[in-house]
Amino acid sequence: MKQISSKQQMVEKGMYAFFLFCGILTIGFVLCISVYLIIAGIPAIQKIGLFDFLFGTEWSSTATTTDPKFGILPFILTSIYGTAGAIVIGVPVGLMTALFLAKIAPPKIAHVVRAAVQLLAGIPSVVYGLVGMIVLVPWIQDFFNLSSGATLLAAIVVLSIMVLPEIINVADTSLCAVPKEYEEASIALGATKIETYFRVSLLAAKSGIAAAIVLGVGRAIGEAMAIIMVSGNVANMPGLLDSVRFMTTAIVSEMSYAAVGSLQRDALFSIGLVLFLFIMMINILFDRLIAGRKS
Amino acid sequence: MAEMMTSSVSTPDDSGFAFRRKVKNHVMKAVLYGSATVTVSLLLFLIGYLTYKGSQYITIELLTSQTSYIKGTIGILPNLVNTLYLIFITMVLALPISIGAAVYLTEYATNRKLVKLVEFAAGTLVGIPSIVFGLVGMLLFTQLMGLQQGLLAGGLTLVIMIMPTIMRTTQESLKSVPNAYREGALALGAGKWRTIRTVVLPNAVNGIVTGSILAVGRIVSESAALLFTAGFGLVLHGFIQSLEASSATLTVALYVYASERGETGVAFAIALILMIVTFILNIAATYGASKLKK
Amino acid sequence: MDTKTIIDVEKLNLWYGDHHALKDISMKIPANRITALIGPSGCGKSTFLRTINRMNDLVEGVKITGSIRYKGEDIYAPNVDVNNVRKNIGMVFQKANLFPMSIFDNIAYGPRTHGITNKAKLNEIVERSLKDAAIWDEVKDRLKDNALGFSGGQQQRLCIARTLAVQPDIVLMDESTSALDPISTGKIEDLCTRLKEKYTVIMVTHNMQQAVRISDYCAFFLLGDLVEFGTGEQIFSNPQNPKTEAYVTGRFG
Repeated sequence: MKQISSKQQMVEKGMYAFFLFCGILTIGFVLCISVYLIIAGIPAIQKIGLFDFLFGTEWSSTATTTDPKFGILPFILTSIYGTAGAIVIGVPVGLMTALFLAKIAPPKIAHVVRAAVQLLAGIPSVVYGLVGMIVLVPWIQDFFNLSSGATLLAAIVVLSIMVLPEIINVADTSLCAVPKEYEEASIALGATKIETYFRVSLLAAKSGIAAAIVLGVGRAIGEAMAIIMVSGNVANMPGLLDSVRFMTTAIVSEMSYAAVGSLQRDALFSIGLVLFLFIMMINILFDRLIAGRKS
Repeated sequence: MAEMMTSSVSTPDDSGFAFRRKVKNHVMKAVLYGSATVTVSLLLFLIGYLTYKGSQYITIELLTSQTSYIKGTIGILPNLVNTLYLIFITMVLALPISIGAAVYLTEYATNRKLVKLVEFAAGTLVGIPSIVFGLVGMLLFTQLMGLQQGLLAGGLTLVIMIMPTIMRTTQESLKSVPNAYREGALALGAGKWRTIRTVVLPNAVNGIVTGSILAVGRIVSESAALLFTAGFGLVLHGFIQSLEASSATLTVALYVYASERGETGVAFAIALILMIVTFILNIAATYGASKLKK
Repeated sequence: MDTKTIIDVEKLNLWYGDHHALKDISMKIPANRITALIGPSGCGKSTFLRTINRMNDLVEGVKITGSIRYKGEDIYAPNVDVNNVRKNIGMVFQKANLFPMSIFDNIAYGPRTHGITNKAKLNEIVERSLKDAAIWDEVKDRLKDNALGFSGGQQQRLCIARTLAVQPDIVLMDESTSALDPISTGKIEDLCTRLKEKYTVIMVTHNMQQAVRISDYCAFFLLGDLVEFGTGEQIFSNPQNPKTEAYVTGRFG
């Protein structure tokens, strides 16, 4: 009898240890990712120089006749412009769709549109890239009479579609949670329903909407596969109708042929580190917004 | 007083403001309907276009053969198989640790700070871009642990990516299990683990299933994290072999066919398959989630 | 009873789906007086109040027959602009529901909605409304502060000021003091008594003492029926209907 109970105790203890381990694992993963990116990303920055790396305007990692150049300002700016463009297009459309869903859509239509949004969110990046490559790129090429339609503009359009579902979801949820009392007060003052939604509901949901935008920014800045297929992948300083390379696509396009131990490969890790730092800043901002919403 | 008596609720206000207000209201309404229409049309266009393009290229032969330069054939059987293998590997590894972490957080953890930290870490993992996972996975599993590029390295990378997803939904359904169940079992002398195994987890199955469906969706649609971990290989391998042999999943193959080999037809065929799978998983997840709510 | 009638209700019936919530209500509410609507909860008094500025339109499945005339015009007539009705017949709710914006923007919300953009004019309206609501001295230096930072009683008076800012004829109050402490309640009661010089006040209250203290007229509702309507004195000291008597003497409710 005593033996059984001590065996049981062992199992209990063992399981506790296992669960504790699993719980701490997420923290371990985050630490692991941070530490590895720093270890892998620092050497190239040291060699190239932080300033030249971040603010150098030329990237020619495989130049042989001259010294290779490792300036990633074009990638950083492209990522920032691309993200900003996606937000400028995606946020208004997303927000208005969310307002439609949360406030004026008949329940059945809202149900269908929400399902559509879920589906848009689930479609893989490469599929967006493929459709962009076959439909959007030639169209931009013809419309602007360019030698190639694979441009920042194409990437922005694809990104703005890809950020839509997340923005709609989060904004929809926070608009639905706006206390009815606010809307009643506005209507009792003689405002129409639509005026109320635009002037009161949007305002009352502002922290949720801010969170939605931040999520969209995170998604856009981290996207790689969809935009590598439509942006031309040339290390230019960004212009709307130029072929460009993002931080993410720079890594994808060169990693597969960069020799192990080469400065080129190390510099790609450094780009990964910079991208990671951008994302961490966005995450912290997001956390603040969520905390702000709760208090 | 005289002014008051003339104010009327039905006489139209002809100050011009009333007209402008009416126009403004109509414009606002149009903007809302317009935006929703844009969103839905985007989806309809994607469905229509992918169905039209993809169905032209999907053949039994494509689905059941592999690409070979010598025979001059193109087939996506290896990629279909690789995707299934990858789902299997990733889920087998991710399920226990994700459920374990959720159980720890909801059933054992007493330290609020630690719980907060774990949840913050999970939130951070959700926000990290796939390509960064790809880089770290490559460093960690192929460089440090010495694995060959293949589905094991790819699967391990995806485990880190999807763990928070399963953890969250499991946590939510664990929280919804009434405390009376736990107390009932504990009062009968069951140990904590026994209580969890026999009473708590069986009542949280819906959440675990929903989380798993979402996770499978993420595995199927992932590409950037797999490029440098699972690789680009288009050759069919057995399961054991594929663990350490460069193996492209459907998404990676789509990318390879579309952008490196100019085989857009094959790419569209794969895109259609991916869309259908996404559609099915979505329906399953929605169904699961609606059960979760009850 | 030499007062003018401002609201004339005739054979008003209201259904929520199958539930007959108001039955054949007819009454004439006098201008520039405080009329209190009393009765046990669920008796229809709040529902009735909300028909006067058509807030019930927002409820799905609601059906209304009969008429409510405001200065002789049926507010349920098809050519009526419902926003105009609500501009003329303002409402203060049970719980303070200021918008999450500054005091100034809260008070100016109504006037802006109705097309006033002139800054000086808005300043004037905000000041006048806050003075009318007897809260100007407390907030005049904090007009730019977020309105949600004030106490419950202050917020409720700000809500009244916001309602006054659109210059209504009638102020409807839906148990507007029920969430407040006695001191704040007292302030709002004083305010109501002053408001009737310029406005007509119709209030729902579950607080009998309040109704006794400040109402000129009183209507007793029970299960969707208007049981009795008369001066406050008549209802509280000399009720004609035994049900009214039972209620005001505290035998049920």
